[in-house]
This record gives sequence, structure tokens and C-alpha cells, in this order.
Amino acid sequence: MKRYILPLGGFAVLLVFLGIGLRLKPQEIPSPLVGKRAPEFSLTQVGDARETFRSTDMRGKVWVLNVWASWCGPCRAEHPALLELSKLKVVPVVGLNYNDQRGDSQRWLNEFGNPYQATAFDGDGKTGIEFGVYGVPETFVIDKQGLIRLKLTGGLTSAQIKEQLLPLIQELNHG
Amino acid sequence: MIAELGNFALMLALCLALVQGSLPLLGAWRGRRSWIALARPAAAGQFAFVALAFGCLVAAFADNDFSVAYVASNSNSMLPWYYRVAAVWGGHEGSLLLWVLILACWTAAVALFSKRLPPALAARVLAVMAWISVGFLLFMLFTSNPFERLLPAARDGRDLNPLLQDPGMIFHPPLLYMGYVGFSVAFAFAIAALLGGELDAAWARWSRPWTLVAWAFLTLGIFLGSFWAYYELGWGGWWFWDAVENASFMPWLVGTALIHSLAVTEKRGSFKNWTVLLAIVAFSLSLLGTFLVRSGVLTSVHAFATDPRRGLFILAFLALVIGGSLALYAWRAPSVGAGERFAVFSRESLLLLNNVLLLTAAATVLLGTLYPLFLDALELGKISVGAPYFEAVLMPLFLPVLVLMAAAPFVEWKRAAWGKVGGRLSKIAQIALLFGLTAWLGLKYRPAVAAGLMLSLWIVLGTGLHLAQRRNVVKQPLGYWGMLAAHAGIAVFVFGVTLVKGGEVSEDASLRVGESLVSNGLRYSFVNLQKVDGPNYVAARATFEVVDADNNMVILQPEKRYYTVQQMPMTEAAIERGFTQDIYLSLGEPGKDGAWLVRMQRKPFMGWIWAGCLMIAAGGLLAATDRRYRLGRREAATQAASVAVLV
Repeated sequence: MKRYILPLGGFAVLLVFLGIGLRLKPQEIPSPLVGKRAPEFSLTQVGDARETFRSTDMRGKVWVLNVWASWCGPCRAEHPALLELSKLKVVPVVGLNYNDQRGDSQRWLNEFGNPYQATAFDGDGKTGIEFGVYGVPETFVIDKQGLIRLKLTGGLTSAQIKEQLLPLIQELNHG
Repeated sequence: MIAELGNFALMLALCLALVQGSLPLLGAWRGRRSWIALARPAAAGQFAFVALAFGCLVAAFADNDFSVAYVASNSNSMLPWYYRVAAVWGGHEGSLLLWVLILACWTAAVALFSKRLPPALAARVLAVMAWISVGFLLFMLFTSNPFERLLPAARDGRDLNPLLQDPGMIFHPPLLYMGYVGFSVAFAFAIAALLGGELDAAWARWSRPWTLVAWAFLTLGIFLGSFWAYYELGWGGWWFWDAVENASFMPWLVGTALIHSLAVTEKRGSFKNWTVLLAIVAFSLSLLGTFLVRSGVLTSVHAFATDPRRGLFILAFLALVIGGSLALYAWRAPSVGAGERFAVFSRESLLLLNNVLLLTAAATVLLGTLYPLFLDALELGKISVGAPYFEAVLMPLFLPVLVLMAAAPFVEWKRAAWGKVGGRLSKIAQIALLFGLTAWLGLKYRPAVAAGLMLSLWIVLGTGLHLAQRRNVVKQPLGYWGMLAAHAGIAVFVFGVTLVKGGEVSEDASLRVGESLVSNGLRYSFVNLQKVDGPNYVAARATFEVVDADNNMVILQPEKRYYTVQQMPMTEAAIERGFTQDIYLSLGEPGKDGAWLVRMQRKPFMGWIWAGCLMIAAGGLLAATDRRYRLGRREAATQAASVAVLV
């Protein structure tokens, strides 16, 4: 008798999740990396494999690292907000193209617009793993000393940029 | 006026669906013939009114009646008439109406072809289908009415999304829905059998042709969607593991398991419980797919209109339908019994293995699709799961399915001998292995590619050998030919996928008119660029001459279109389709100096993927027309009639 109830039980669990899913919003989560030194990396760029992006070149600047992939739906959803941010020209935005194919990501940028000052190509996802990325998109704010000051998981919204990113960046630039 | 008529027709359809869902069910329970007899006329009437409502919506689109809100947001006076008709299902409300119309079609078909079924069973089946219809009609009337007025009327419409302005839009959604909704018949048969406690070989025989037809339509629908994405999205990709694609793939996987499991239940009387569960799960996944697409819980390129109130309604409906049927299953299945026993090595156990593998694959896809939602619900953040996960996880599940597929038909029912089967298969296994090794070590293909080629050869040889060993080839039933066609189709499909994945090449370059470039063995010359005016877009059309090493030339004309109403740019790729390769050319953004970004791709054996899909679908349809199902019905009816006489 018991095993015949199993499908019903499984479905009940699924139902609870779907119900919660209906009322969800992207959320900020604490990361053990916040306050720690950002992993250093040196990767070729998406647009041109001959050019290299080095995270150490950003030393002395406050910058934003956005982890994205062309196969990721929420990345596409957050894209307009990122383009807005880059238009403000208050902070360099660097892309980390995670677990992707170079052609796909280049095409994606061509199609939807390129908000990034530079996009590092992390085809095998090793650098992403060092950053503790478990899903894309993720956004990091890194300060002049190379410390991670904020990590946002999930699609970035204009509200988050206004309320969290920009004040923090201003504070870090003045501090 | 027409919109009000449509609205009214929907309400009447709802009333008739309520009648069809309640009285015949009570009649079957209490043994009242007059109530049972209501099921068929109610089904016919419901179909007529839903069809009338659908006709009204089509008329509103054809007339450019922009006082109907749905028309105003999905059409435009400049839109060609055939896209205005297809725009009926271009948005949320109309998609639902199409869903209900197709459900009404299936219901009417069941009413028409069930005359030989025991009346009580037919009444139960039609009643179950009516309740599904009730749910969707209520959903439409309360949260998503396509006939809602927009006052004052819009001067012109907002136009159909340019991505959808394609012949694919005319055929893909109706075929896909035919498949989705078609599983409701197998579902209704399963529920009716659980209610009535008559789970036997006859039940499986009745369910089989319906399930096969639904499955074949689903195959065609998925194929068309993929075929469309391939040329329309301009990337050259054909499957993106998008939430909505997954939503159609999951019922396909479970449906594939179901048609195999139904065969066992019919022929051997085994797997009864399991088959019923699969029938419930296949349709539940179709409903879940609808929920995922329509509620906006997942981000997807297909989710055009989302509204949390709608989400809540569908969720409640899901809980009722799926929860209710699984509860019924938990209550009644134990009394059904598992059926005939079989040995560890037998065709039954191989088919069970096939079922388990396919179901695991479906569960894997479900997990990948819902994983972002689970994490989000546990407040762990929003993420996206993409192709890398699906490809890595599904490959090991599909490999054994492909190996088994060629071998299982050689294995006898109930109890088979290893030696006998091995003897029959050893030769073709050696040939396939030798071929695979040559491809890998000799021709230096990557191991995954060599394995794919070897498996497709293995399936072709196995299928061919099985046919060759039949004594009387001509007299084989259509069901048998259907199986051969579908299995050979899988081989062709796997062959195509392997070579496309293993051998596709692409290059991006910036070219001006008059320039040319050699890429992957072909010379591409950009000879001309002209402005073209379409009905509701303007386009830049590039003309390319593509020449191969033997001086064969083809002309390709990719376009970059700009749809004026929605202000949306679109890429129209140009494809030269061939037997052994596709040449795929698409335009990117124009640069400042008159240079265009051009993407040149060669995709070996791309056409084989499509040919394989068509063979699979044809196999399903062929098997569904097997004479046995019609004969079987007649015999069963005679039996039922004689029982009735005795009673």
C-alpha cells in the first residue's frame, strides 16, 4: 500500500515548491566571500582571444564583476539593468563569461548590446568556481584593495542598482 | 457583437461540460442508462460551442477588431492575413482557447469512436475529459478572457511579436497542443479504469491507438518548434534546453515509456499499475508544462504574458487534477495487482528497464528545469541551469536506451535464453563495434562521436535484421512497421545529432559589399546589399555567392529585418540545405564603416535530424492505424454485449 502513496507524496512536495515559487523575488544572499580578498585571475577576452584581462589591473579601482552566460535566461532579463549601469559611467563593469562557448557569447553581446568594459572568457568555469559561483548570474562589487564587498545572486534589477550598488560604490570611492 | 457571441459560446460550452462531467459519471455509478447516454451529445455540443467561440476570435482577428483587447495587443492592420489567423494563438488567452478547442476535438473524437466500448467505461472517459475542460474554461472565463473589450478601441494593434511571424507559428502550436492534450485521452482511460476497477488487456488495447496518435503529434510539434528555432533565431542552434522546450520534452519521454508499457500490458497483462501511473504522469507533465509556461514562475523566452493570479489558479487546478488522480491511484491501484510474472531476462524486463531509464531522464529534465525554482524557494538565490547540465546528465541515460532499443525486440516474452539472443545479435554487434573502433582509431573521430555513429549503425542493423528474420515480411501488421520506422528514425536522428555536434564549424567575420572570404573550405563573396520593404517591416537583404572547392555556386540572401510597429530587429538566416550538410549564413549588426558582421556556419548532416524526427512521428501514426485495434474493439464490444444480455 505504502509505495502507491509515494507518487502522491512526491507531488505534494512539488506543489509546495511551486506555490512558494509564485511569490518569489530575486534576493540578496550573504556569501562567505564577502570581506575576503577576491581570487586573482587572468583570462583571455571574449571578443579577442589574443587580449588578456588581468584582475590585478583593476587594483586601485572600485569595480563590478558580473558573472553571466549566453545560455542563461535570467542573464538576459538583467541585461537592460546592466546596460543602464554601464551608461552611468560611474564604475567599470567587467563580465566573467562562465561555462560558455566563445562564439555563443560574442553573438549574445552583439545581439543584446555590450555593457562590459572587458569580458573575461571562463570557458571551463574554473575562475567561476574560485569565486564560489553556483549559478549565473551573480554580481560582485570589489573595492580598491581587491576585497569583495558585496555579492548579489540572481538577475540584477534597477532597484538593486539604485539602492545597493550605487551607494556602496560611492562610499567605497570616497573611503 | 462577434466578441459577445464568442463569450456566450464559451459559457454555454462550460454548461455542457459540467453536464458531461457529472451526469454520465453518476449514471455509470448508479447504472442509469439515460444518464450515461448524455455523455456523447454533451461532448458534441461542447465541441460545437468551443469551435464557435474559436471561430469568433478568428473573425475578430480577420476583421481587425481592435476593440477586443486581445486582438489589439496581438495583431496589427498591416499584418498579413495568415499571420492574423495564427495570431489567435500568439498570446496567452488565445493559446488557452486553442488548448480547449483541441481538447474538445479529442473529446468529440473519443465520443465518435467509442461506440464499441462498454457504455459505462465510455461515459467515465468522457466525464473525466469534461472535467479537464471545465477547469480550463473556468480559467479562461475568470482570468484570461480573450473576448474582453477595450474601450475606447485602439486605433491600431500592437502587432504580433516578430519572432512569431513565421509559417512555423501557424503549425507548431496546434501540433504541439494536439500532442499535449492528446495525452488526456490516455489519462481519462486510466482514471476511468481506476474508477470502474476494470484494468485489463482490453483497457490497454483501447488506450494504445489514442496514445500513439498523441505521441506522434507531440513528436511532430516538438520537431516543428526545433526546426523553426533553427532558422528563425538566427543562431543555428536547434535545441536550447529552455524551460518551455523542456516542458514539451518531459511528456514526450514519459509518453515514449507509456507506449512501450501499454504494449506489455496489452500483450502480457503485466505492468498494469505501472502503466496507469505512466498515463497519469504523462498528462500531469503536460499540465505542469502549461503551468510553467503560463504562470511565469520560470524565466523563459516563451513566457509572453504572466500574471500571478493566473499562476494561483493553475496551481489550484494542478493540485486538484494531479493530486486527485494520484490519490485515486494510491487508493485503487493496490487492488489491481501487478499482473503476470516474468523472468529476469525477458522482453518484459528489458522494457521495464527502458521505462525506468526514460522516466529517470524525464525526472532529470524536471529537476534541471525546476532547480532554479527550488533554490529560489529555499532562499538560496535565483540561478539558471543550462545546456551543460542537461547534456552531461542525459547522455549516460540515453546511451543504454539506444543499446537496448536494437536488442530488446529479439528477446522473447516471459523468459528468454541469453545464448539464443546473443547468437542472433553477435554478428551485427561485431560489425557495429568494428565500425565504431575504425571511426575512433582509424578516422580519428572523438570517442563521443564514434560512439554515436556506432550506436546509430547498431540500431539500423538490429532493426533491419529483425525484419529480415521475419518469415512473411509483407504480412506483418502496421504496428510492427510503425515500430521499425520509429526505431530507424531514432538511428537517423542520432546519426544527425552526432555529426552536427561533432563536425559543425562556424566563423564570424566583418565584410563589406564586394569583399570575399574563405571560411572552412567555402568562399563567401558579399556581392550586393539592398533595401527591401516587407508588409510590416523594412529589411536589409545581403546577397552572397558561396562557392565550394569544385566551383559549385549557391546564392544565399540573409536579411536583417526591422519590424516597425514593435521596433524590433530580427535576423533572417539564409540556409542552403543539403543531403550531407547545411550552409547557414546570418547577418549580425552593421558596423560604422559599412561592414557587416557575418556568421558563416557549416552543419554536416543537419537534415538527418529532421528526417529522423519525421520517421519517428510517422512510425507512431503507422502503428496507431494497425487493424488489430479496430478488430479488438469489435470483439470486446461483442463480449460486453453478450455479458449485458446475460445480465
